[in-house]
Amino acid sequence: MLDLLVSTLTQGLIYALVSFGVYITYSILDFPDLGVDGTFPLGAAVTAVLLVRGTDPWLTLPIAMAVGALAGLFTGFVHVKLGVRNLLAGIITMTALFSVNLQIAGSNLTVDRGTDTIFTSAPVMAFLGDMTLMGRKLAVSFLLVLAVKLALDAYFKTKSGLLLRAVGDNADLVTSLAQDRGAVKLLGLVISNALVALGGCVVVHEQRSFSATMGTGQLVYGLAAVIIGVSLMNVYAASPAARALRKGKLLRFLASPAGTTSVILGSILYKLCVQAALSAGLPANMMKLVTAALFLLVLVLSGRKGEEIIHA
Amino acid sequence: MLELRDVTKIYNPGAVTEQRLFQNFSLTVEEGQFVAIVGSNGSGKTSMLNIICGSIPIEGGDVLVDGTSIGKLRDYQRYAGMGRVYQNPSAGTCPNLTMLENLSLADNKGRPFGLGRAVDRRRVDFYRERLRSLGLGLEEKLDVKMGALSGGQRQAVALLMATMTPLRFLILDEHTAALDPKTADAVMVLTDRVIREKKLTAVMVTHNLRYAVEYGDRILMMNRGRVVLDRAGEEKRSTSMDDILSMFNRISMESGS
Repeated sequence: MLDLLVSTLTQGLIYALVSFGVYITYSILDFPDLGVDGTFPLGAAVTAVLLVRGTDPWLTLPIAMAVGALAGLFTGFVHVKLGVRNLLAGIITMTALFSVNLQIAGSNLTVDRGTDTIFTSAPVMAFLGDMTLMGRKLAVSFLLVLAVKLALDAYFKTKSGLLLRAVGDNADLVTSLAQDRGAVKLLGLVISNALVALGGCVVVHEQRSFSATMGTGQLVYGLAAVIIGVSLMNVYAASPAARALRKGKLLRFLASPAGTTSVILGSILYKLCVQAALSAGLPANMMKLVTAALFLLVLVLSGRKGEEIIHA
Repeated sequence: MLELRDVTKIYNPGAVTEQRLFQNFSLTVEEGQFVAIVGSNGSGKTSMLNIICGSIPIEGGDVLVDGTSIGKLRDYQRYAGMGRVYQNPSAGTCPNLTMLENLSLADNKGRPFGLGRAVDRRRVDFYRERLRSLGLGLEEKLDVKMGALSGGQRQAVALLMATMTPLRFLILDEHTAALDPKTADAVMVLTDRVIREKKLTAVMVTHNLRYAVEYGDRILMMNRGRVVLDRAGEEKRSTSMDDILSMFNRISMESGS
């Protein structure tokens, strides 16, 4: 039971990386990027091949991100430069990447037990060698997600980050600041897809396998995590507890959590819900159905139904 | 100097609904001139602003600044020396960003949006002082999201943002039309002040004939893509509200609106 909880927590953390990407496109840019369903397995495929060939496990992280960034650049190019609608631009990338992923890694690829992953790599063993593999997975995933969260929070406070938030909020304003809104959207898609591919990369490290169909439903998963997280945080921010915290100086930061924190919690909660459904006896084949059903439930309960955008 | 030269604008070219708005339309706005433009709906006022800013394509002619063509420049490139305030108060600001974040964005116009800190705390006093000059009590609301402010407050901030960094041209697209009469008057006074202080070349489209008569040093009346009245300087000053109103009624009758 504890093992199951630890592994679900780990999953929630790893998939939070994907949700960060979805958060940037959907919540900030107002761009439902279906390309995610192709970029996630792309990051995974590249990672699986690199690991099998004996590449240093930590090196696969930046490589997967770079490849994901290229996919984002492609979606952005199709949308911004060729003027294709955002939903269709994502679908084109997703469809094209399915073949690309098959070319890279075939339909299935397993990384054997003897190959080091980030969870068994020398630097991690040096610090966390006393822990069980499951414990190490949880610890490393947590640190990784924390690092990405802090980097994103810092980025959103830069001029470039603020411009990114502005373009999803009011693109005309960005134009009137003499900035090319298309270039800003492109940048957002690049960052988003790099994060999604990073998620795919870490998943391969965790489960030691790639499958060409693993991307199906990733956007829905990311959206659900974002919407659960942000909705719950809005409820919390309006609660008496948060209002009391805001009065004090010391703990004020606890009263209005960053969007990225909400996304991590949303991701973990969502994984827990899906796991609960599976533990209750649903066969594993039904997982995507459960994912979709839970997403629908979340949309209806949060009253958003997808037409209202949540902003940072 | 801002110039439209032989501009042709056709909506839906080639379609059944094709509509030729401008045919060889020319207009020159002198440096430092404040032009007020009136006219009935569909007369081409807002289209003209969109052509100046590069928001819509044209089928012929050119847009020039100091005799140099800017017709090939993209919209965002033209905004380098240009500010614009829209009719919709939420168009000039980001509703989900705080006022401080909005002002910081505007303050950085003309410089690269890199990885430096977006909000410069040392500028807060400057923002406060500018907001205080609006006289709306906004200086205490820097951390409030723009979307939570009233239309008039947002429009005043939008005006402040559009004119915060050095600029030459100010484009005002019916920017008081969505405000209540009192707020509209206040925003109009602010607009006039900022144009005088910064010696801007301004083009203002308005449905308020009184503003067109009282403000600016040139008045244009447009009808179906043509200038039907153009008065500047002394001639403009001697133009009364009644003159404009009777002229306006005449063209409205002709165009059946």
